[in-house]
Amino acid sequence: MSYEIFLQHLSNGIALGSLYALIAIGYTMVYGILRLINFAHGDIFMIATYVMFYGVTMFFMPWGVAVVVAILLTGALGILVERLAYRPLRNSPRISVMISAIGASYLIENLSIVIFGGRPKAFPIPEFFNHVSHIGSISIPRANFFIPVITVVALIVLLYIVNKTKTGMAMRAVSKDYEAARLMGINVDNIISITFGMGSMLAAVGGVMWGIKYPNLIPLLGLMPGLKAFIAAVIGGIGNIKGAVLGGFLLGMSEIMIIAFLPSLTGYRDAFAFILLIAILLFKPDGLLGKNVTEKV
Amino acid sequence: MKKLSLLLVAVLVLSLMLTACSAPAEEEAKVIKFGVFEPLTGANAAGGAMEIEGIEIAHELYPEVLGLPIEVVTVDNKSDKVEAANAATKLVDKDKVNGIIGSWGSSFSMAAGPIVKDAEVPALGTSCTNPLVTLGNDYYFRVTFIDSFQGVVMANYAFNELGATKVAIVQEISNDYSVGLVKFFTDEFKRLTGDDDSIVYVASYNTGDQDFTAQLTNIKTLNPDAIFAPGNYSESAMLIKQAKELDLNVPFLGADTWETPEFIDIGGDAVNGTVFSTFFDSKVPLTPESEIFLKAYRDKYGKEPASVTALAYDGYILMRNAIERAGSADPNAIRDALAETQGFDGAAGVISLDANGDAVKNAVIKTINNGEFEYLTTIAPN
Repeated sequence: MSYEIFLQHLSNGIALGSLYALIAIGYTMVYGILRLINFAHGDIFMIATYVMFYGVTMFFMPWGVAVVVAILLTGALGILVERLAYRPLRNSPRISVMISAIGASYLIENLSIVIFGGRPKAFPIPEFFNHVSHIGSISIPRANFFIPVITVVALIVLLYIVNKTKTGMAMRAVSKDYEAARLMGINVDNIISITFGMGSMLAAVGGVMWGIKYPNLIPLLGLMPGLKAFIAAVIGGIGNIKGAVLGGFLLGMSEIMIIAFLPSLTGYRDAFAFILLIAILLFKPDGLLGKNVTEKV
Repeated sequence: MKKLSLLLVAVLVLSLMLTACSAPAEEEAKVIKFGVFEPLTGANAAGGAMEIEGIEIAHELYPEVLGLPIEVVTVDNKSDKVEAANAATKLVDKDKVNGIIGSWGSSFSMAAGPIVKDAEVPALGTSCTNPLVTLGNDYYFRVTFIDSFQGVVMANYAFNELGATKVAIVQEISNDYSVGLVKFFTDEFKRLTGDDDSIVYVASYNTGDQDFTAQLTNIKTLNPDAIFAPGNYSESAMLIKQAKELDLNVPFLGADTWETPEFIDIGGDAVNGTVFSTFFDSKVPLTPESEIFLKAYRDKYGKEPASVTALAYDGYILMRNAIERAGSADPNAIRDALAETQGFDGAAGVISLDANGDAVKNAVIKTINNGEFEYLTTIAPN
């Protein structure tokens, strides 16, 4: 394999990896604060792509406006899901909330099949993103420049909010102990709604970038990316925002490299991602960047 | 005690519901039931939807047989082999259909094969082209040609029309249709070039994959003259789009599954110039039945039908014709009548079934120009 071909694979890997990372950030943020694996995250991500599709093709919104509408509506959907499916179970065992999350995921998927239909739709891609740059013999579509940048920006903004703002402090307090946070005068329900809204808006940003790169929209679109983002979050240490980015990059890069160097294993691409998940859970269950936290009793 | 009585009530209510459901099924012999077995959701939903259109048109034109109304029972095989087996079981066990029509996608028909064979219900494939659908199964027939013909047609096109001597292949490894076509293409192309190394690379992907950049980057280093990539339309469209983004500007060849509007919607400009084989073109009507079908379709939908829509229409009218010839709705009598089909005028050409139950008929080659399907040529079986 020549040097240039390797660089092309590397560029493909960075693009896929940062896309996984972008979706994983929202996943891991919700977990970090609520200790809830939000299985509906992938489906919320899917809804964002459909909002884009209908915004542009049915309501003739300019592309940029459709992006903003998609992000806002998806954020609202996230808050709605939390209110209907998770809030009533706030004081139930964690497993009940997780089962409710799986239920919410199936509900969104099947409602989408009924409402949007099973036939695939083409995501609207603005002319701007049809450009391909060439560096030597390496081809890089414009979206591949943007995705890593957006991922890094999202990471920085999120770290800032969580670590430096008052809302972020409240989030961290809620993640430690609901009751104590409430006693300190924090409106726990509001903070949780904000967390879900932010996580879902991040999912929408991921959905828009995913659509530009892979414009095939189906109601089960969010299933695989959702699982991959979950794996990425676990690899990095679930709940750890920086870890999610690292995990996403590692997962995307290894998926590309396994096909590049071992083409006969292509059919096992998804299996490989799950093997990685099992290996991490066996040997380093806290993930690469996770801290060993003792469960409070 | 309270719990026990609650349980009893529940059991009683359930059994009432069960008897309520099963009672009328016994006396319902006054209709003839056609089971329609198609992917209505999942990766192949567009294919299933186009075939359903054909069946609806046929049902509107010919709603009766032997003086009894025909009832169409549609089940969704969900583009999934396991669900396909469940859907077929439902048709034969619960709905007790007289015959089955479908499916788009060979894998699903193959999953249903053993079920219709055990239940002794005849099934008539629409656009499923893998030879294994009917091979060794006396109850599965089809109105289309098979991939051993289609693969040969495309290999000849690559060699004679494109002058290709080096071809790379991208196959959808989890799809029996794609893997079968690739085998027939490979054998014929090697025979034509006389060169065992004329297939320079075989890359694979799974149904549902979105990213093909790694496979395409590997192919790019080998400079093939063309790429043969039969597979599901949405994955194929994204594959070709990503190839163009990697500056892999060689002709892409495919097969009948590409003839869906979604292939062009998703692929955009990138799919212009791709060439594929298919069954039928509405600009070249083949039989008097084609005219009837085309008129009804254009009146109802105001657009041109896809090949698979015509094939699904043929599935319905041939099943109905077989019942007429058998003079009975008994599944085994229908099976025997189907097996004897010779020179039947379908919308997508004349259907004569061979010993395996496969139709022997022409293939059409099409390309895409400016986002529209365009007829290139017709190729007869030799």
